[in-house]
Amino acid sequence: MFAVSEILPAAYDSKIEGNVIFTRFDAALNWVRKNSLWPMPMGLACCAIELMATAASRFDIARFGAEVMRFSPRQCDVMIVAGTVTYKMALAVKRIYEQMPEPKWVIAMGACASTGGMYRSYAVLQGIDQLLPVDVYISGCPPRPEALLAGLMKLQEKISGEKSLAAQKPELTKKLNELLA
Amino acid sequence: MTGPELLASLGKLFGAKLQNKTEFRGETTYTILPTDLREVAKFCRDELSFDYLIDITSIDNFGEEPRFEIVYELYSMTLAVHLRLKLRVSEEEGAVDTVSDIWPTANWHEREIYDMMGIKFNGHPDLRRILMWDGYPFFPLRKEFPLEGLPSEMPDVAFTKSAPLEGGPFVTQPSTATAKDREPRAHPPEL
Repeated sequence: MFAVSEILPAAYDSKIEGNVIFTRFDAALNWVRKNSLWPMPMGLACCAIELMATAASRFDIARFGAEVMRFSPRQCDVMIVAGTVTYKMALAVKRIYEQMPEPKWVIAMGACASTGGMYRSYAVLQGIDQLLPVDVYISGCPPRPEALLAGLMKLQEKISGEKSLAAQKPELTKKLNELLA
Repeated sequence: MTGPELLASLGKLFGAKLQNKTEFRGETTYTILPTDLREVAKFCRDELSFDYLIDITSIDNFGEEPRFEIVYELYSMTLAVHLRLKLRVSEEEGAVDTVSDIWPTANWHEREIYDMMGIKFNGHPDLRRILMWDGYPFFPLRKEFPLEGLPSEMPDVAFTKSAPLEGGPFVTQPSTATAKDREPRAHPPEL
């Protein structure tokens, strides 16, 4: 058994309880989710090179459980928008995001994806947050792999504070709350 | 035939059709009339061995007449000679003959000029936009087009908005924060 009590608000005594762990449902669900984020690599410019470096052995995004880059949006949890989003590409990015199953998150990697960056231009969307709900913005042009990893850890932090059960099963949560009240 | 001889023969044969000849650091530029373009182009390719069209570019001389200028950069692989042909197009006319059947590479170059500046090419086999999408209503490299762009909407294809310029194309706000505060990777891990 792993020492769950160190990272989760759980009450566990191996002498008494054996393999039984008490914790909140949300905490367990979020713990599972945040340590197995499957990224959608939305590589659109030079940030994608840093994204690839992050996935490679030197920086090794697998240490955070996010090494499974999937090129089908249907298998992804987090879209990493890495690069300049042109208006020509913008609705395609949105469509790919919409094809991802819930729950899903978005990382805007680098200046271009966050704000349009140095492209104050007729051709470039001024930040992907005009189309998608962005969870984490990462500064840099392009950001170093450490910055992307820091962003990923921020996202994990955010996920661990989410009310997952209430978001996913609102009616069940309501019923449980009524019973407990 | 050597390079200078070649260019001299062009001048001799097309004397009346060449409007202007300039030499600058060994680069020869001829200005021609749009109506003579195809004749001159065919002659350059077939008789003078200019078998490689390097590039076609367009210039918007906003406020002048004729407004647009198209520049053809030719190169002879056999003789290693460059030749530049220029011609002027007015805004009302807004079209020149295509050379895409003479040099096939002109196909995409002419589409790009049409896309960015709105100059049409008569006889082009496939004159569609090449960078922007079909239905985009502006020609972005024309001088009257603002740098920040103009809003447009093409449902289910693309939309555009004006970019915020904050007083200029490259304005930054100076910050007093040190690199340690600005860079997320400099922070100690918080998890």
